[in-house]
Amino acid sequence: MAVQTPTPNDTMTTDRIEKRVVLRAPRSRVWRALSNAQEFGTWFRVKLDGAFTPGKPIRGKMAIPGYEHLTIELLIERIDPEHYFSYRWHPYAIDPAVDYSAEPTTLVEFTLADVDGGTELTIVESGFDRIPLARRAEAFRMNDNGWTGQIKHLAKYVE
Amino acid sequence: MSSKRSAAPLFAALGDATRLRLLGRLAGGPLSITRLSEGTGVTRQAITRHLHALGRVGLVRHARRGRERVWDLNRKRLEHAKRYLDQISAQWDDAAERLRAFVED
Repeated sequence: MAVQTPTPNDTMTTDRIEKRVVLRAPRSRVWRALSNAQEFGTWFRVKLDGAFTPGKPIRGKMAIPGYEHLTIELLIERIDPEHYFSYRWHPYAIDPAVDYSAEPTTLVEFTLADVDGGTELTIVESGFDRIPLARRAEAFRMNDNGWTGQIKHLAKYVE
Repeated sequence: MSSKRSAAPLFAALGDATRLRLLGRLAGGPLSITRLSEGTGVTRQAITRHLHALGRVGLVRHARRGRERVWDLNRKRLEHAKRYLDQISAQWDDAAERLRAFVED
């Protein structure tokens, strides 16, 4: 997988979110936390039964306070041991009354690399340009945190 | 503007370098097509097509200024698109910090 140039959070991106963090832990440790469904569930806060298998869906109840009524489903795409793990899902699928299954999914990718003092993890979620706008509007309803001023960032980015 | 625009593929309309540049220029205020075409190396006709594509998803609007037709940014629309990504971005920040606590113990 080609690792893309990091994108600062304050620039206009339309299709993808990218996060890059250095974890002070060996790659094998980070890999287990990503690829073992129960360990993944511990930090991601979802109660998953079973194992991650490429091509197979895995479901579980969210374990985030206030969101316990939600079931999420991950469709596992690819597992390259100690290096790369990816799944598809429905981002921000927070309304239990809505059937999201017919909607486009986004792709979530985790990539690991050795760096001084630990492991660099890159998380990329992409495919947002295919998500219907009506669905994206739900996110604003949930948390209206006063986003302003981004037009200037956009101008800086595109000029 | 049709009422169906709430379901329009807004992000797809943004996925084009020329359109992003047009939005960047409009961030400074309303401009005519002539002004928007200046220095772009893109024909007025092409600029017009791009503006209509952005207009269909509600990102820009046109208005009259004297005898001139100008295009203006619909800031609210653009904020909505960006805010959605900010929201999910913040969730990933949280998840990454929980992972850090989990593996660095």
